[in-house]
Amino acid sequence: MQILRSGRSRALLFQFLALAAVLGALAYLVHNTMANLETRKIASGFAFLAREAGFEIGESPFLAYSAADHYGRALLVGLLNTIRVAVVGIVLATVLGTLVGLARLSSNWLLARLASIYVEVIRNVPLLVQLFFWYVVITENLPGPRDAANPLPNVFLSNRGIAMPGVEPHPLYGWLLITFIAGLIVAGLVARWARARQARSGQPFASFWVGCGIALGLPLAVFLVAGAPLQLDAPQLSGFNFEGGVVLTPEYATLLIGLVTYTAAFIGEIVRAGILAVQRGQFEAANALGLSRRLTLRLVVLPQALRVIIPPLTSQYLNLTKNSSLAVAIGYPDLVSIANTSINQNGQAIEGIAIIMAVYLSVSLSISAFMNWYNQRLALVER
Amino acid sequence: MRWLRANLFSNWPNTIATLVIVWLAWKLLVPFFDWALVEAIWVASDTQTCRAAKGTGACWALIHEKHRFMLFGTYPFELQWRPLLVILILLALYVTSALRSCWRPWLAVAWMVGLAAIGILMWGGVLGLRYVENERWGGLALTLLLATFGIALAFPLAILLALGRRSELPVLRALCVLYIELIRGVPLISLLFMASVMLPLFLPEGMSIDKLLRAQIAMTLFAAAYLAEVVRGGLQAVPRGQLEAAQALGLPYWRTTWLVVLPQALRISIPPLVNTFIGFFKDTSLVLIIGLFDLLTTVKVSIGEPQWVGFGVEAYIFVSVVYFVFCYAMSRYSQNLELELARGAARGGVR
Repeated sequence: MQILRSGRSRALLFQFLALAAVLGALAYLVHNTMANLETRKIASGFAFLAREAGFEIGESPFLAYSAADHYGRALLVGLLNTIRVAVVGIVLATVLGTLVGLARLSSNWLLARLASIYVEVIRNVPLLVQLFFWYVVITENLPGPRDAANPLPNVFLSNRGIAMPGVEPHPLYGWLLITFIAGLIVAGLVARWARARQARSGQPFASFWVGCGIALGLPLAVFLVAGAPLQLDAPQLSGFNFEGGVVLTPEYATLLIGLVTYTAAFIGEIVRAGILAVQRGQFEAANALGLSRRLTLRLVVLPQALRVIIPPLTSQYLNLTKNSSLAVAIGYPDLVSIANTSINQNGQAIEGIAIIMAVYLSVSLSISAFMNWYNQRLALVER
Repeated sequence: MRWLRANLFSNWPNTIATLVIVWLAWKLLVPFFDWALVEAIWVASDTQTCRAAKGTGACWALIHEKHRFMLFGTYPFELQWRPLLVILILLALYVTSALRSCWRPWLAVAWMVGLAAIGILMWGGVLGLRYVENERWGGLALTLLLATFGIALAFPLAILLALGRRSELPVLRALCVLYIELIRGVPLISLLFMASVMLPLFLPEGMSIDKLLRAQIAMTLFAAAYLAEVVRGGLQAVPRGQLEAAQALGLPYWRTTWLVVLPQALRISIPPLVNTFIGFFKDTSLVLIIGLFDLLTTVKVSIGEPQWVGFGVEAYIFVSVVYFVFCYAMSRYSQNLELELARGAARGGVR
């Protein structure tokens, strides 16, 4: 009894009991599961990944896939489809969200009200409802491909999705990307040199514009020297659907529109809060120093606002990625939906769900790792 | 006039923006109101009238025809006063919990009595009420039940998790961090799938739990992780001096926590808690994917019937309005409360 009175041994005992309880519960569940798998004759292990999947996938723009391919490839297609909607969605949601946030701060009463109505409506309705709504709007209320709406030249809205012109692929484009990245690196070096020189001699250098010139000018020069091989591929109506160009299926378009409008409402609030968090005195101090409006924004307002904005922004990116799993409800073949199909076919629920969770967890954990790194970097800047 | 000039026409870009918005509103809102109100068909005995008006007027007759199904699911028709009463009890409980003058010990008692009454009303089987198995529960009643019970069950778990994460015992802390990060790192759908296909495998042979309970367990475990993070924020905001003062008085850990730390921490975290509730309420719609008949599912099923195919826009606008009313009320409430609590803190009162 004496031992129980001492705080340290009691703490050890508590922890031991907690750990034992958790491990015991886990062992019990594993035992039950093994027994159940045995009686239901469900195989276990990941061997099924190498077996033939036997189902078609609606869209697989990056990877050739047919029903004869194996499960592993099907899941990979799903993962690529998730990434495809998440990356495009994150870019568009950031743009739209920033616009919404700025509009809410606008001095124009009508614009600010409009933006706040948008935010309130979108934030207070479940994403799943919005996805169904957009899906119904696209598939039931848009005209058929024959009399598709044509808001811009060569852009067609129909119940078969959105068709728009695309750029015909050309071997040069890979090189353009490489020169662009090389240009970015050179621009970074120039900016570094300019900063060092300014610190040493006080002479400013327009490194931003020079950097832009290098990063964009290099690829442009290569492009022009190679004879500017640009071929636009416009969608053409053939039979009952469009061919050529870029065709977004109704499912992809729905998911993209739903995710972008939903996340943009949240990002808008984050941007607004970030800008409001910069104190008025900071603007005034920058003015008093004689900084121009552009320099005030770049050197004073943005760094401080970004410090408030970036952490919640990354968690919104994470939310968008996780929310893309709602694709299963409208039939877009993302990772979750394909894993679900494979579970329904072969009954290997544990493996299927383990794959889903492992993928999302690794994305989440790498984003949190980035966040920690970023926060630490900012903490150094703070006074 | 002065207001117009200052807020709409202060300079050229502003004026252009105003004019563009007014023009767009004219082009979009007027046809919308025409469709939604003027030309709309509110009551129709058959769908022919609606089909005839398709494209020019909304068919709210769909809601009129199907409202019993959307509110109560497949609950036996002549017994539907029971879920109706349940919805009313829940609404009464929400409203009383929102009033600060009602934040008294009797509120907890009211909740317990209310939840017990709800269980009796929904299941029946006692007091001469007919038994209704929970496969037949559905509609708005089910949505509210899932959300309310999810939060009520998740909350104690969340407090324990938050305390565990702040604990000085490394093993306990690691377990809590592991749980919270694991749940928060995966989408809710994967948890629901897990509950619907994996939970039966976890149980010993011969034992099974029904679909509703499985979904409720998944939702509860999910909510607990998110609520725990909010509560942890509240715990962190309690000044350290409070803890030290309690320890100086010789209070042991649990009494320090229960009497000093938690009351302050929870008070601070009420506004973010309400925001989490909103998110959770919206997330209950995901049970559609595992085939429970919540509000969204009943609406989706309604427009899947051959005679109502094609009226999806009306149906989803209706669901959106229902969800919006609940969520917007909660979000306004949390904003007001935040202001009120901030004012209290500024006066130097209890935080």
